[in-house]
Amino acid sequence: MFEIFTVDFMQNALIAGTIVSLISGIIGSLIVVNRMVFLAGGIAHTSYGGIGFAIFFGLPIFLGASIFAIVASVLMAFLTLKYKERVDTFIGLIWATGMAIGVILIDLTPGYNVDLMSYLFGSILVVETADIYTMLGVLAIILTVVIFGYRNILAVSYDSQYAHIRGLNVGLFYTLILVTSSIGIVMTMKVVGLILVIAMLTIPVFIAEKISSSLIGMMIYSGLISTFFTIIGLMVSYNYNLTTGATIILVSVVGMILFLVMQKSFKILKEEILLK
Amino acid sequence: MSKKILEIDNLTFNYDGANVLENINLSLNEKDFLAIIGPNGGGKSTLLKLILDILQTKNGKITINGQNPTQQLSHIGYVPQNTNINTSFPIKVIEVVLMGHISDKKPIFGYSDTEKACALGALSQVGIEEFANAKIGSLSGGQRQRVMIARALCNHPALLLLDEPTASIDVNGQKQIYELLKELNKHMTIVVVSHDISVTLNYANKVAYINKFLTLHSNISRFSTTPQNGHFCEVELMQMFRGKNV
Repeated sequence: MFEIFTVDFMQNALIAGTIVSLISGIIGSLIVVNRMVFLAGGIAHTSYGGIGFAIFFGLPIFLGASIFAIVASVLMAFLTLKYKERVDTFIGLIWATGMAIGVILIDLTPGYNVDLMSYLFGSILVVETADIYTMLGVLAIILTVVIFGYRNILAVSYDSQYAHIRGLNVGLFYTLILVTSSIGIVMTMKVVGLILVIAMLTIPVFIAEKISSSLIGMMIYSGLISTFFTIIGLMVSYNYNLTTGATIILVSVVGMILFLVMQKSFKILKEEILLK
Repeated sequence: MSKKILEIDNLTFNYDGANVLENINLSLNEKDFLAIIGPNGGGKSTLLKLILDILQTKNGKITINGQNPTQQLSHIGYVPQNTNINTSFPIKVIEVVLMGHISDKKPIFGYSDTEKACALGALSQVGIEEFANAKIGSLSGGQRQRVMIARALCNHPALLLLDEPTASIDVNGQKQIYELLKELNKHMTIVVVSHDISVTLNYANKVAYINKFLTLHSNISRFSTTPQNGHFCEVELMQMFRGKNV
């Protein structure tokens, strides 16, 4: 069971999984409190276009995906601020367009037989040391943005209208939240793939929301819960030879159900004690 | 003569071609307490948004302390209508109040001690400092309303705007909110949009009825004589206003 801690590629996977879990805990919290889960899904899928772009032009995959994700998030921030009520249509649009661009560009790349599955469902087991440095860099960027912009990000997320009245540049900080999230999303995709990224961004946050009374607390709890699920998921997938990304997600879902059941029974127990 | 705080001059605002507000004129002095009444869709909230610079119009002019609303935003306190949105948001009461300091000169991260002290002061002014570290969602509607008022007080406004501050609060809570506003009125001009005519009339010194046009009544004591406890019939009152000038 614990031999995974000594196998080389599993060690890399564990380190990468932990970093990405911390990233997804932070940006997942931002995404959930800003009600942009669907938007995050759109950005994840759009970045597949970036993967195709990177393959076609022979660029690093992460670079291509990040460029597409950042462009998509700036565009979406602009559209959301301008046409709030039509935002779901635009998300659907970038979602599909990005995927289509990716598929076509890979078609056009001569002699390249891409493993589509690894992008759809993640490829944490083939993480290289260079990837880990990239992930650390992204974590550092996200931490910097969140720590130094905390009060403004909090204000825009909680009550953007009031933030505007108090003279804050809401558009700027909303865009900053989205762009920061988008590079985090690209990193998270490495672990669970673009189809499952939404679950990794929301399940730990959903649990954290119930036990935290501040946004920063929610980020910390989400990061820790996510790390826990990822490590358990890795161990299970290694032992039973299952797809890692999907296993991590299912472990998270089971964890969430257990948490909810425990929370409910704890509540009932507390009420009974109070009644006595 | 006391100082002019708010001056609205010949203001017209249209939305999708139809006029929502037409030829609005209004002048408020220091320590005025204005109640704005009128039917839904009559333009009450639109007028507040214009004062707050959320909406802009080229027809007519709004001046606050003799300047554009944009330049005077830091002197306006605002309490929004719906305080029940986002109640699951993980944010502490004190953090909500600290939002009032947002545009101030700030430390590199977090909040300065002065800001925290000021936020706690605002909370104690509205009587709920003991909830400073509670999650906003755990408070009652009335308490949450006080938090929003505390937030608006943070920047020591000369003009405090409240959009239906008692809409989701029980009768007892409403009275407490208005008593609080009466206290605050000693230091600032207050504008309240409200459906609760009887309560409003007992506290306001001016009443504006808005339904596309604005009718102002400065001497309102004659309206508020009879109903001390019972609720004034809103329809009746609006008819009285309409009969007068519109």
